[in-house]
Amino acid sequence: MAVSSLAGIDESALVVQARDGDTIAFGELVRRYEGKIFRLAQHVTQNREDAEDVLQETFMKAYEHLDQFKGDSKFYTWIVRIAVNQALMKLRRRKTDKSVSLDETIDTGEDTVVREIAAWGEDPEQQLSREELGGILDSAIQSLEPLYRSVFVLRDIEELSTEETAEALGLSVPAVKSRLLRARLQLREKLTRFFKRKGDDAFAYM
Amino acid sequence: MLTCKDFLSELSDYLDEKIDAELRAKLESHITECPNCWVIADTTRKTIQIYKGMEPYPIPPDVESRLMKALEKKMAAKQKPADSVRRT
Repeated sequence: MAVSSLAGIDESALVVQARDGDTIAFGELVRRYEGKIFRLAQHVTQNREDAEDVLQETFMKAYEHLDQFKGDSKFYTWIVRIAVNQALMKLRRRKTDKSVSLDETIDTGEDTVVREIAAWGEDPEQQLSREELGGILDSAIQSLEPLYRSVFVLRDIEELSTEETAEALGLSVPAVKSRLLRARLQLREKLTRFFKRKGDDAFAYM
Repeated sequence: MLTCKDFLSELSDYLDEKIDAELRAKLESHITECPNCWVIADTTRKTIQIYKGMEPYPIPPDVESRLMKALEKKMAAKQKPADSVRRT
């Protein structure tokens, strides 16, 4: 699977070829999305070994069930759904770890309380190296609860629609929206600690 | 009049531009008068932009090679000889 003469070919054409048994076409689909699927798996599982398993299982399952892919969604959305299911399964298996809870959390409204309000400097991310920035962004995501994390990763990093995210996670659209808002606000708060303009501290609020 | 709490509850849809013109006008008039909500909206928008701009790291070579090996094995098992025509 080392040929990349298929790099410019349309995704749906590759899927048709792969479904007809063309392993090179399937290899090209893997190459297009393996980086994103691995990142998604790492974000959701927060564990590199699990993420590697999820990556393999995702493409194995996709290959196995390719004939069930009807083409009414994008191929990428379809494999994301497989990857999320595999990743959430890993989390559930690790449920003895008390920090992992996929159950509905009780809505007290407390996690939408905004504690820190400070304007950020201009392009604060430009002040940091790629590695430093990556470290800050990853650890902020890591601190979110698994379901908030999954919603944020699918909506704002993988750029799925609200409906696609709801379908992938087995949640209602309103549940996706409320979790997304909380995830965004919590991340905003965490990043504010790094990016706020110097000398510009919190106002009293709410 | 919108309260800050009303503003926050619409913040995601506002940033995603998923609201009608009437509500948008109300939210925008709120943030011209409320510096706190303006800052929250601005920094939340920047938060989303920063994450969206994040490119995935290249997949580590050892992970990639294990993935390809596993897939090749699976494909070889599934392939019938008549199907193994390679098109490039």
